[in-house]
Amino acid sequence: MTYIAKPKLHHPTLACNAIGFRRRDYEGKISTLCAGCGHDSISAAIIQACWELDIEPHRVAKLSGIGCSSKTPDYFLGQSHGFNTVHGRMPSVLTGANLANRDLLYLGVSGDGDSASIGIGQFVHAIRRGVNMVYIVENNGVYGLTKGQFSATADQGSKSKKGVVNSDSPLDLVGLAMQLGATYVARGFSGDKKQLVPLIKGAITHKGAAFIDVISPCVAFNNHAGSTKSYEYVREHNEAVNRLDFIDVRAEITVDYAEGEIVDVTQHDGSIVRLRKLSADFNAHDRVKAMNYVHAAQAKGEVVTGLLYVDPDAHDLHEHFNTTEVPINRLGAQELNPGAETLAKINNSLR
Amino acid sequence: MKATDIRVPDYFHKVVDCQWACPAHTPVPEYIRLIAAGRHDDAYLVNWKSNVFPGILGRTCDRPCEPACRRGRVEENNEGKPEPVAICRLKRVAADNKDHDAVRARMPKPAAKKNGRRIACVGAGPSALTVARDLAPLGYHVTVFEAEHKGGGFMRTQVPRFRLPEEVIDEEVGFVLDLGVEFRGGTRIDSMRELLAQSYDAIFVGSGAPRGRDLDLPGRKEAAANIHIGLDWLASVYFEHIKSIGKRVIVLGGGNTAMDCCRSSRRLGGEDVKVIVRSGFEEMKASPWEKEDAMHEGIPILNYLVPKSFEHRDGKLIGMTFEKVRAERDAKGRRQLVPTGEPDAFFECDEVLIAVGQENAFPWIERDLGIAFDEWGLPNVDKATMQSTLPNVFFGGDAAFGPKNIIWAVAHGHEAAVSIDKMLGGENIHERPEPGVSLISQKMGIHEWSYDNDISNDQRYAVPWRDKEATLKSIKVEVELGFDASMAFHEAQRCLNCDVQTVFTKDACIECDACVDICPMDCISFTQNDDEAELRTHLTAPALNLVQSLYVSDALKTGRVMVKDEDVCLHCGLCAERCPTGAWDMRKFLLETTQAGPGCHKRTAQRTAA
Repeated sequence: MTYIAKPKLHHPTLACNAIGFRRRDYEGKISTLCAGCGHDSISAAIIQACWELDIEPHRVAKLSGIGCSSKTPDYFLGQSHGFNTVHGRMPSVLTGANLANRDLLYLGVSGDGDSASIGIGQFVHAIRRGVNMVYIVENNGVYGLTKGQFSATADQGSKSKKGVVNSDSPLDLVGLAMQLGATYVARGFSGDKKQLVPLIKGAITHKGAAFIDVISPCVAFNNHAGSTKSYEYVREHNEAVNRLDFIDVRAEITVDYAEGEIVDVTQHDGSIVRLRKLSADFNAHDRVKAMNYVHAAQAKGEVVTGLLYVDPDAHDLHEHFNTTEVPINRLGAQELNPGAETLAKINNSLR
Repeated sequence: MKATDIRVPDYFHKVVDCQWACPAHTPVPEYIRLIAAGRHDDAYLVNWKSNVFPGILGRTCDRPCEPACRRGRVEENNEGKPEPVAICRLKRVAADNKDHDAVRARMPKPAAKKNGRRIACVGAGPSALTVARDLAPLGYHVTVFEAEHKGGGFMRTQVPRFRLPEEVIDEEVGFVLDLGVEFRGGTRIDSMRELLAQSYDAIFVGSGAPRGRDLDLPGRKEAAANIHIGLDWLASVYFEHIKSIGKRVIVLGGGNTAMDCCRSSRRLGGEDVKVIVRSGFEEMKASPWEKEDAMHEGIPILNYLVPKSFEHRDGKLIGMTFEKVRAERDAKGRRQLVPTGEPDAFFECDEVLIAVGQENAFPWIERDLGIAFDEWGLPNVDKATMQSTLPNVFFGGDAAFGPKNIIWAVAHGHEAAVSIDKMLGGENIHERPEPGVSLISQKMGIHEWSYDNDISNDQRYAVPWRDKEATLKSIKVEVELGFDASMAFHEAQRCLNCDVQTVFTKDACIECDACVDICPMDCISFTQNDDEAELRTHLTAPALNLVQSLYVSDALKTGRVMVKDEDVCLHCGLCAERCPTGAWDMRKFLLETTQAGPGCHKRTAQRTAA
């Protein structure tokens, strides 16, 4: 945390993107998190991704719940819409907002407490329904705001700062998301922006429920020996299954690679996520195999990162419901309330 | 790249761009903070120690510090016009607001006991007075010979009063002479042989470059009554031998003397005054602000006009003819002035001031004394020691390497004083003393620093001027009013405190990226090591300013290195505030050049003395 606002001055070479914004224009207020918090790095990655994708800030809605992670939307995209919900209720508010206005980009930011404990019911259903959103969990395995109790994602056998060993089984958010039908599932690490920024860009351009679990060490309560969510542990046990290059719709696609398997995933909007395979027996298109792979690695204490599963032809909630192309919030009173006669017609058709 | 060794004084010294650029290495950010705190006496003394003439320099310095100032670079491509901190005019604030008696009481006292060594200084300009100031308190008997009756040299006789009031010169020359210096005004040294015969232990020549260059063109002799050498004319104006000038004046030359000539002319009755230069406006030697000041007073500057002849009728000057030229590069890429072929330009005028350069002149130094001169008539002087080929004769200021400026003269004076002190102490004068350096953490609390790290977004403040009507009426009315207290504070706050250094401790770093994320200027990167040229291209922001260093750490746990580009760092300390482990710290780097006295002697000699 810092007391003074980040100075307005920027590097002389800092460029503008296609819509005339500098990266610094995507920043928010000064962070009040602890110095060294992984969450601040994730905020920086979101800022970078939005700048690179030329996203108009007023077309973004940031939603979050309660907790350290849920505070972060205040620290990025200062010119976007924001909604701080009740603890764990971000997914339902996001679903409602999405139904009302399908044209915005929905960014749900949550933590392991907000999503894996109090809000687990909300989390699973938003994923199940295929809400078109980017759902980021800033996962540090600990309740930082209440001084370091284990959260539901803390690994069994890991140690708290006080030396207490966690006896409960961990909740695996990535596994849950894959099982529940998320169509873009990734895991990143706050300490590796080279990997994280393209993962976020891929999620933003993905149409459907995109879920990213970002391991984000808590420097105050979960960055010690014995923790499995510390900078050091994650660096040592990080097994990246692939490297991502995000290729913009407008960019010319050149194929200059010789060896190693490369898979290009064309997204709904025409952009391409190029996966450079790092693990030979991993396939990001096969949900069941990916789940097995992640669980097998987890059993060995490895942290699998990268794009774990993607279905580029996914459908979202609006397609499931066959809702109108025009966002509901832009429909007039006439369209929304077609009158008693129409209602009678509908009722009759159901009798 | 190899890891940076921050123990080498030059590394952090270079980061303090202003101090590095200052010939006398004045600790600029140190005194600017003192000005912001209203501690004018302290700010004045920090200056006085390094540059001897804060009040004079605060009005007239060539300010090499300002083009070097980091503030100018960090404002680039941000809002408004990028401008350095007004360092020079802030210095004046300290001089204007200090308490005369209080600062005097804190200056060294005349030596209680003389050491029996006698030093002669020729001339009482800035270099010689610096030698006197450094040596007299140590017990040397310093005698300053000056042809005029008062000390100050060029500063007094050539710099016009509307830029530099006489009281300021009297005060600061007085501070030096009051240190027990013997001043012999009205005594011109006509023979070095005779001076050497008086067996001084060392002689310092600080006689300046007193001869203005003439322009031998047709009509020069015939119209001589209306044609003056700028330097001599300015001196005559100072001594009030000249009190008026014709209505139409042409000033030839593009240096600061030309600017002083034209502005003085405006005040002595010149109504149609113009400056005419051979080359382009951009190539003029005058400082940009002096050109602006002249133009502000309604003086046009005409360029690419080569003087051809003085036109006269009945022994009276009527005007000048110029050839029109343009700049072209020849086959070898050298810039040349080529006639455009257009008809010559004729400008009517009543008087001409020639300010096309000045020359060194040493008719009083006999050439058989062992003091060697080069083909241009300049003495052979060692650039570090200021020693001539006659071991006990030293040169400094314009007398040493030709016309420069006051701050260089002061720097020469300090070096010469060190050389004299070492030589008379029996030491090798080529072993120069190391500077005094300290590096101290500024941390006061979790988010508190002993300096103000909140960066000001203000644009540079312009120094207020006295009304033009009033200033053009008299040559003695100072044009600039100086910053008032509020402006001085706000201008001082624009200083980035570049002397408060970002110091990185590799072993404490956990590579969390917090510093990378918070740095407003994208200065910090964690990356694979590489050679410098490569590294500069793939940092968070490209490090394109090759004269600015990269601060590189040893390999971290992940095998990467921390690389910080010093170029546009705001020294805001946010990296240190965001660092969870204290791997970054803000430490004040204070470098003081070692002046004559015990500090400049070899350690063994110091120990014996102790």
